[in-house]
Amino acid sequence: MTTVDFDPGAAAGRATDAILHDTLHGTERGVVVDSPPGAGKSTLVVRAALELAAAGRPLMIVAQTNAQVDDLVLRLAEKNPDLPVGRLHSSDTDAYDAALDALPQVRTSAKAADLGGLPVVLSTAAKWAHVKVDEPWRHAIVDEAYQMRSDSLLAVAGLFERALFVGDPGQLDPFSIVGSEQWAGLSYDPSASAVTTLLAHNPELPQHRLPVSWRLPASAAPLVSDAFYPYTPFRSGTSHGDRRLTFAVPSDGSGPDRVIDEAAESGWGLLELPARHTPRTDPEAVRAVAAVVRRLLDRGGAATSERAPDPTPLTADRVAVGTAHRDQAAAIRAALADLGVPDVTVDTANRLQGREYDVTVVLHPLSGRPDATAFHLETGRLCVLASRHRHACVMICRAGVTDLLDDYPSTEPVQLGTLVKFPDGWEANHAVLSHLREHRVPWHP
Amino acid sequence: MSLITALARLEAVGTGRAQPTATVRHRHLSDHPLVFVPLTTAGETGAPLGALVGTDRDAPRLLVVPQPRDRDLRFTFLADLADVVLPYIDAYADSVEAAERTETDPETGKRVKVAAELCADAPQLIVPSRTGLDFVRLLGRSMRFRRTVEQDPDAPYPAPPRVPLLGRWLTHYGERARVPGSSLLLALTDVLSRHWATGQSGLEDEHLGALLAWIDPPQGLTGAEAARRAELARDAEGQLLCPPAGPATDPAFDNKLLAPAIERYDRARTALAAAEDPLEADDRLAALTRAEREVRDLVESGTRPTWDAVWRGLDLLRALPEGAHVEGRWTRDRWSFTGHRDRVLAGEPPQPRRDDAVTAANKLATREREQARLEAQEALDDPLVMAGRRLAGEAFAGEVTDVVMAYSEGKRPSPRPLVTVRTDDRPHLAERGKVYRSLGGKPQSAEFVGQEADGVLVLRVLDKMGRGKEPEPGSVPEKGDRVCFTLFEHEQRGGAKLPDPEETPWTHGGPPGEPAPEAPDTVTAEDVL
Repeated sequence: MTTVDFDPGAAAGRATDAILHDTLHGTERGVVVDSPPGAGKSTLVVRAALELAAAGRPLMIVAQTNAQVDDLVLRLAEKNPDLPVGRLHSSDTDAYDAALDALPQVRTSAKAADLGGLPVVLSTAAKWAHVKVDEPWRHAIVDEAYQMRSDSLLAVAGLFERALFVGDPGQLDPFSIVGSEQWAGLSYDPSASAVTTLLAHNPELPQHRLPVSWRLPASAAPLVSDAFYPYTPFRSGTSHGDRRLTFAVPSDGSGPDRVIDEAAESGWGLLELPARHTPRTDPEAVRAVAAVVRRLLDRGGAATSERAPDPTPLTADRVAVGTAHRDQAAAIRAALADLGVPDVTVDTANRLQGREYDVTVVLHPLSGRPDATAFHLETGRLCVLASRHRHACVMICRAGVTDLLDDYPSTEPVQLGTLVKFPDGWEANHAVLSHLREHRVPWHP
Repeated sequence: MSLITALARLEAVGTGRAQPTATVRHRHLSDHPLVFVPLTTAGETGAPLGALVGTDRDAPRLLVVPQPRDRDLRFTFLADLADVVLPYIDAYADSVEAAERTETDPETGKRVKVAAELCADAPQLIVPSRTGLDFVRLLGRSMRFRRTVEQDPDAPYPAPPRVPLLGRWLTHYGERARVPGSSLLLALTDVLSRHWATGQSGLEDEHLGALLAWIDPPQGLTGAEAARRAELARDAEGQLLCPPAGPATDPAFDNKLLAPAIERYDRARTALAAAEDPLEADDRLAALTRAEREVRDLVESGTRPTWDAVWRGLDLLRALPEGAHVEGRWTRDRWSFTGHRDRVLAGEPPQPRRDDAVTAANKLATREREQARLEAQEALDDPLVMAGRRLAGEAFAGEVTDVVMAYSEGKRPSPRPLVTVRTDDRPHLAERGKVYRSLGGKPQSAEFVGQEADGVLVLRVLDKMGRGKEPEPGSVPEKGDRVCFTLFEHEQRGGAKLPDPEETPWTHGGPPGEPAPEAPDTVTAEDVL
């Protein structure tokens, strides 16, 4: 499972120890941890939370969505069922996962005052922003800090003395629905990410990096690392023989079956449809995505991995479809329903952040487009879509995207004083496409 | 671009005329707007060349800087501009009505209502295009830190009184124009392209002449032909028939007409300065006046077509009835105007060069809230806009086919009727997803229960049915009713309160410190060319 010169377990362990040391015993007010996809970010947050609680430091945890908060509460409860945990939630109906009600050590409330004195209290950044305290918390953990907006951190930063900021710099940047150019270049640009602002004002803070992705297979880690994290490379925690994806039913020779076999074999598959400019919900591409998913489930897939030596069946809950737009997701859901596949997750890149599946089927953001806008080129979008899988990823794309990239060089205005993000979407897209070419299955449906 | 806009643009190409994308007017238009058509000098940022300004479409005031690089002449221009704009603004400042404002009580920290003054109407500024908006901001920035002789007797190039004040007002208007749905300062091309879709690109719509050509083409021409003529047609001397709406001018105009005229003005001025006796001076003064007249005529020829086009555009917009929510948004504009009036009266310093962290975050939050509010209100006000949202899967309309009474569980069961709606729309509904409809101007929410068949949706109505066991009459849709539900909320919640600037946290650089009055702009080498 290990290569001669690299022991992933030891490397990850060293990184975690250093992070916990700085968090518990460091002198700086903040610690920043960059985590590539599937590098054990949640595990780190849970571990840090337990150690801080054990050290008797009142802790608040800030996550970005209710699903993330609920997930952390469940993980904390799993690791330490005796630790009393507070879940601060909004006053909407269904504000939190009903599974929390079954846990006796979890107290839920819409008022922060009801949760006073608990060692750990968790909530979303939006809810924390409404909390007023006389005495700030000794410590905070801010999860998905790269997806948090600077103004959102501004609203909660007064609640804590010190904080551990954890996040993935390669995923989607936060966005605003109105223009914010007038603040571009200011260190506290409210539309920038929380970490950008934090580090602009506190450049001396220790920064750590988790070096191993446990999710991405050995086939995917080098591509994702090279394309999206060229200056902060990471490795896969497993090697090539550790994971296998097999199918009981042999290929029928169709495009979807051939691309499935290619992906099972190599970890990547590109189903290339004929070049054409299409509307966003390209009906042919949508049908192709649905056909691939249907065949994935019909062919009796089984996954073997380092977690379980016996093959686990590839069921609908282990497969996800990723798109750039919500209407594309809706169209694919409808197409899947027509094919009688109800339980597969179909969502946009924004909503798939932080999730993990055995196989993902991705509708390429630039497929069929006549232009390459900043939205569709955004590095984080492709990175999220290409890094959700443990075994294989199948991309569905129309031919001609490389030409499109060359025809439309980036034309975003340069803003003085802003940090230029590397790599840019243009380069990352080229890197991914040139790799996927080797796993190309052309198909005329 | 939304699907319905794409369709409208295709239809515009097909029919040769711009297609309406709204059935009502979504922006407030004052009965007496102040129209401002500025021109700037090529090659020097923010050097005004001249402007037409005024509230009377037949009698605009022409202001000209015959030598745009001369600072004294520029200040004369700005002072003249202040003489037109400030009285117009002042006319609105005194007429007030009593209103209430919510404020945080400094002692209790509670939100309380306090009596306040609200200006009964607000002055409205109209510029031809989006670049005109930027020019207003630039003028505001360049003027508000100028020092007058009274403020700083030793500073070179003192600004005439009123110029810094005009700068503050233009800055306020420029900032307000960034708030979605606001109407204090409007760019006409933006407003027109909100209401009509042309058969050209959004960038081309920035050309006021071309945009009007699509919306209202002259007899015998298609929109495309008329737009092409507006963009490219030139007279025998090579000058554009429809000069650009500015503030930038056409290079052919600059090179062939403007530069030689300014050159003649410069020579006349030098000659006058060198005059040795009164008789000679008289002659030379007459020559100078002639040269100045020439530049004035040129500037007028470059602005007058745009001036007329702006009023024509306003006529087209006025023909549309005002949307129901426009009044409410204009009231916010009036609050904004009143607030700035009060800051000026209280002797507060000009707006800082850069926003601090808290102000920037507050502004962004406000604008995001206003954007969401605007999108919801436009859809509620206008069936054509709602059609676009329905087409995008964000709303659906249909007929109620069944209503089954049901109750919530719990000690005091409340009505939770199940309403079945048949629709041809394809909304992107998630299980238990919330939907909203407008009930007497207030949003009533329901949740999606399930789909009985293709296009047959079951909803559970959740609120606005009164306190009793039985829903109040009219609060639940009845069989046969036409209903329209949206997936987006109709009203926006206020965001969380941010810390005060003096409590800026360490993550954002800490408190900015005592607010020092901003120093005036320093005089640079360019200032004394």
